[in-house]
Parts: sequence; structure tokens; C-alpha cells
Amino acid sequence: MTAAVRVPRTGSQRAPGRRQPKTGGTKVAAAEVSPANQEILLRVDGLKVHFPIYSGLLRRQTGLIKAVDGVSFDIRYGETLGLVGESGCGKSTLGRAILRLVDPTAGSVTFGGKDIASLPAWELRELRPRMQMIFQDPQACLNPRMTVSSIIAEPLDEHLELSAAERQRRVRELMEAVGLNPSFASRYPHEFSGGQRQRIGIARALALNPDLLVCDEPIAALDVSIQAQVMNLLADLQEQFGLTYLFISHDLSMVRHFTDRVAVMYLGKIAELAPADQIYSAPLHPYTKALLSAVPVPDPKLEANRKRIILTGDVPSPANPPAGCNFCTRCPEVKEKCFALEPEWRNLGPDRLVACHFAGNEKSST
Amino acid sequence: MWRGDRVGVAAQSPSDKLGGSVKPRKGASVAKVKASVGEETQPVLKVSNLRTVFRTREATIHAVNGVGFEVRPGELLGVVGESGSGKSVTMMSLLKLLPTPPAEVLSGSAMFGGEDLMQLSPDALRAVRGRDIGFVFQDPMTSLNPVLTIGYQLTEPLRLHLGMSKSRARKRAAELLATVGIPSAEARLDDYPHQFSGGMRQRVMIAMALSCDPKLLIADEPTTALDVTIQAQILEIVRKLRQELGMAIIWITHDLGVIAGIADRVMVMYGGQVVEEAPVGELFANPKHPYTRALLETLPNLKGKRSGKLRTIAGQPPHLLQEPRSCPFAPRCPSVHERCRIENPPLFALAGGHKSGCWLEEKTGGRRAA
Repeated sequence: MTAAVRVPRTGSQRAPGRRQPKTGGTKVAAAEVSPANQEILLRVDGLKVHFPIYSGLLRRQTGLIKAVDGVSFDIRYGETLGLVGESGCGKSTLGRAILRLVDPTAGSVTFGGKDIASLPAWELRELRPRMQMIFQDPQACLNPRMTVSSIIAEPLDEHLELSAAERQRRVRELMEAVGLNPSFASRYPHEFSGGQRQRIGIARALALNPDLLVCDEPIAALDVSIQAQVMNLLADLQEQFGLTYLFISHDLSMVRHFTDRVAVMYLGKIAELAPADQIYSAPLHPYTKALLSAVPVPDPKLEANRKRIILTGDVPSPANPPAGCNFCTRCPEVKEKCFALEPEWRNLGPDRLVACHFAGNEKSST
Repeated sequence: MWRGDRVGVAAQSPSDKLGGSVKPRKGASVAKVKASVGEETQPVLKVSNLRTVFRTREATIHAVNGVGFEVRPGELLGVVGESGSGKSVTMMSLLKLLPTPPAEVLSGSAMFGGEDLMQLSPDALRAVRGRDIGFVFQDPMTSLNPVLTIGYQLTEPLRLHLGMSKSRARKRAAELLATVGIPSAEARLDDYPHQFSGGMRQRVMIAMALSCDPKLLIADEPTTALDVTIQAQILEIVRKLRQELGMAIIWITHDLGVIAGIADRVMVMYGGQVVEEAPVGELFANPKHPYTRALLETLPNLKGKRSGKLRTIAGQPPHLLQEPRSCPFAPRCPSVHERCRIENPPLFALAGGHKSGCWLEEKTGGRRAA
């Protein structure tokens, strides 16, 4: 995050003057607007991220991994949008492309009135403080040779010019906000447990008062009892600072409790996007149904009588996705049309989007 | 509530010929019958007072502290606990799979088929491992040899333990692959592990563990590294195979959802000790130990009310730098009292095959379990 391209600093590029009123405005906006007509913070339109495959003696390009292949959605102020899917479906790449940590191949990401996807580096750098990321592995994303205080203060050093006292005060403030004892500021990451390390990562992401936090599997590496602690912290911080989250996870039950809307991704595309309570109570896309039925429920009676949809086979390679609907090779409800025609992104009711030819047709039977 | 429910299942098993019709699992009732039958028969494995430490230059870690349990024939014993609770180390200690040093098994016995595994010579133990006791590890990528074909790795135990000829072993290997649901099994024997997906590799591991018809299968987080839809496939195979082969299984996991779906009996571990043990229905309906209760409360659910907050267990798991002289859960326990801090509770036997390692049970009439 702070490894953005270094640009010589000039007065106009420095953030502090602009930052303060901006954050205040966000807080008010998040608290006041009703969920129905929330203001849009970020809009993704037709986003594609393709990675070339090089092979052979001359390292010629022989293929293309379509990690993200035409995704459109928006994130509203103050909401938590869940992004779920199996490994390799492109959810992390999508999260990174939104912050332009990888360059998109096509499409646009509009944030703060600007298209991040095509912004020159110095302008992008100005936007960076407003969008931050929390990574999956708290061990790998913290520099083992830096103290906690220098890790948390790195974005401050990078984007603001604070006096030593101000800097120290801000670090203390951040450590307290994430539930770390500020007297540990001079310790190193290895002296902390996994959950505490994740808190350090969160404090660093919060340092510049961001609007948007992309959380890429922030709890996947933690134990069950610690997961709940970190999730509650994220919920508290959202309330306190009016944050907007893109919450990437494969844990469907956790996503259900903490998100307002959920996007289900499969093989580089979004299969279904709906409010969290609806997607769990009445999923429309066959993949969403299968995914939900595969999640084990901690209740033996329910598990014993549960009818499961078990998908056959594995996810196809994103280098060679099937023609037509990308789920047609594993779909239990597949029909002829699915092999030939790619389903459109259809709107079925308020906030309910689904990419399936047949979803919603049999509504009476569900 | 799902439509088209069993469609996937029916289409899924290319090995239908093996099992005939796969009956939908009756769950609790099957489990109960098995458990009551099991109580009269000899346990397949009976472990008592197992203690394992890791000695490093800086400190001694007391990873397993007096663990005892038994597995009955045909039963699936689920072992749950967070990382560091000693569940894997317990099972690895039984088969001497831990590198020594740093690991050292201080005490304990493991009666298996009339012999104590702890007293067996390395050669005798080698004959048990892979033949009578199968092992499935968490990460199927690192437990398969990348430079040997699947066929070679699958026939190795057959030829070694059962003395099969090359051609017979190959035939049996193809059967095994088909059993775990790998399409065109015969042809895939000549493939290398990298040509298989994660889920298929784990199937190969299961096939390998089953190859010599073991009496006991120990599966250490076998589905943790897999996606949920693939996990569902593997769980379905295990449910089916259990009915066909009738072996005892120890299933280690941290996922209480998985346990709820497949286990007959559950053992909860914390800080290198067994804190609770009960039949699966009883454990989820009536958890006794404060840790189990807290653990169940922290779980987010797919059903019921959506809440913005989860219950949490405050604090951190224990360090295990000393042998526990107090209850390991005491620092985080909501119902802690004085005795918990000075004396480590034994397991108390309660009604309905339930055991709980908490001093509170002594007051409610629990008897000390052996």
C-alpha cells in the first residue's frame, strides 16, 4: 500500500489540508443517508484483468488467464460488500485491481470522480490515502525488521508531514482503536500472536482515515475464537469511522453476519449479487445454491437431514473457460441454452442481480 | 429448501457399481446404533495418559498433557480444537511420526489390537503404519511425492504390506481410485501429482490410506485446505465408504460444522488436554465445558438471526511452556473460580456417555473418569 510509486513531493500533492474535511464529510454521509438511495463510493464497470501465459523456448505468449473477466458493481458509502467464491475465482485479483495494485486490462473503476484504472501515477498517489487494504496473512504483510510503531506510522510518513510528537500521538491513538496496548509500540511483529498481528495490519490501514478498506480474507489465517474478535473489531471500527468495506472471504457464514450485500464470484465473473439476507434465504443462481449447501452447519440434527447439492468435478481453468455460461460444466440445472449463450446480467427485483438464463423463472417452486 | 437436491449426488459417483445404491445417511439414528453396539465390543484403539513435549533450546513446550480416549469399531471420532491444542501431535505421537528430538513422548500407552503401539519396535510399527492404521494428512500436495506417478505411490503399500504382484497391485490401485470417485481411474495411474487438482489429490491420499483395508483411519484436517464444494464431495465419499468398509475413523478438524455432519462421538481439546467428550448430538445440544460452550457461541451460522456482532472468547490460548497445574482454560473462562487456578480438573463422567473436564461437574454429581 505504501509501496506506491514515489513521486517528488510538492505542496499541492500533500494530503493533510484536503484530508480533514473530507473524512468529516464521509462520516456524516454514512450516518445520514438511508440504505435505499445511498451515495455510491466506488463503481466498477466491465473490469477485466487478464494475465498472459508465456511458454516455450522463446517465451512467446501462448495463452491468457482470465482472472477477472467483465465485472460490474458498485459499493455504497458506509456499506460492507461481501465478495465470496472459491479459490481461484478471481476475488483477490478483483480486490487488488480496484486499488490498482494490479493493472486492469479493460474496464473502469470510478472512485472519487476519477477513473482509477487509467489514472497517472501521481494522481493515483493522491487517492491512495482514501483506499487501503488489509491482507490475509498477518505474518507476511508486516516487515519483521520494523517495530510496530514504525509499521503503523509508515503511511503517515509517506503521505503526511507530522511532527514527532503528533506522529507518536497518532500511533497511540490507532493502537488503542484496534485494541492493542500502546506500550507495545516498540516491539516487533514476531512478539505478537496472529490475531494481534492482524490488528497491527488494521491499524496501519486506518492510519490515513481511509474511506474504503479492501479486506482480503482478513480472518482466514486465524483460529475460530480469534476470528470472532477481529470481526467484531472491524464492525466497531466501521461504526466509529464510517468506513466502507469490500470484504473478500470464502467463509460464507462469516460473510452473512457482517455484510450488507454479497457478490458471489465464479471463474472471473459475478454469478449473483444480492442483499445478504436474501442471498442466504433465497439464492437464485445454481452456483450460489450449491455453494451454500456445501457449507457444513454446526448442528448435527440439521446436518443429518440436510439435502446437499454436490457439484461434480472441479472448477475449469480460467485460461480456458467454457463457452456459454461459465458454470455450465458443473451446473446441476444446466440446459442446452447454457452451453451456447452467455447469460446476461439480469435485474430481478430491487438490488438483486443474477447471471443465469433460468434464475427467477421457477420462483413459485422455491 | 434446495431444489434438485440429489441430482448432483447421483451424477457424481462414477463408482456406483461398488456401493450399489447409496442410501441417504440416516445420521443420528445410525450413529446411536453404532455407539451402543460399540460399547460392548473391544475398542479398536485405547490411548491413556499420553504426554508429549517438544524440547527446544529456549523452552520446553508441553504439547500433549495426559490425553486418553478410545475409538470403537466402526465409529467416527471427531477431534476438535484450535491450532496448538495438541490434536495433531496426539495422533502423530501414537505412530511415532514426530521427529525426535525435538519431540519426546514422556508417557502413555496406546493399545491397538492387543499390542501397545508405544512399545513396538520401529520395524513392527512400520508394519502397522499404512496397513492397520491409515493416515491422511492435511496438505495433499506435500504428502505426495511429486516425482513419482500416482500409480507407483498407490501400489507401494499394496506390494509392501500385502505382498501383491505388480499387475495385481495395479489393478487394485485402479479400483481404489474409482472408489474415491476419480474418473477414468486406470488411465490416471500414470499421471503425476501435479496433474491432479487439490481435491483429487486428497482423494488419492484417501485411496492410499484405504489401500490395505485398515482397521483405523486417522484423518488430520483432510478437508481444511480444500474449497467448500470440494470439501462437500470428499465428505460425501467418506460417508459412503464408512458404510461400505466399516472401519473406525479419527477425524481431526477445527471446523465444528464438519464434525456435526460426520462424527458419531466428539472429543474437544484445549491446551493439550481433552476438555470434553460426548456423542455428537449430545455435545451440540448440551455442551458442558465452558470452552465448548463458548466455542459454539462464537460460531456464525447460515441460519437464524443475522447479528452484526459475534460472541467472543476473550484472551489468547495458553502458551504451554509449563506443565499445566491449573485448568488451561481458567484465564479465559467466564465461570472460573478459585479451585480452577490451583488444580487441573480431571475428566468427570456424566450421564449419556458425556465427559467434561471442569470442576463444576463435581458439584453436579460427575464421577471421575479413569
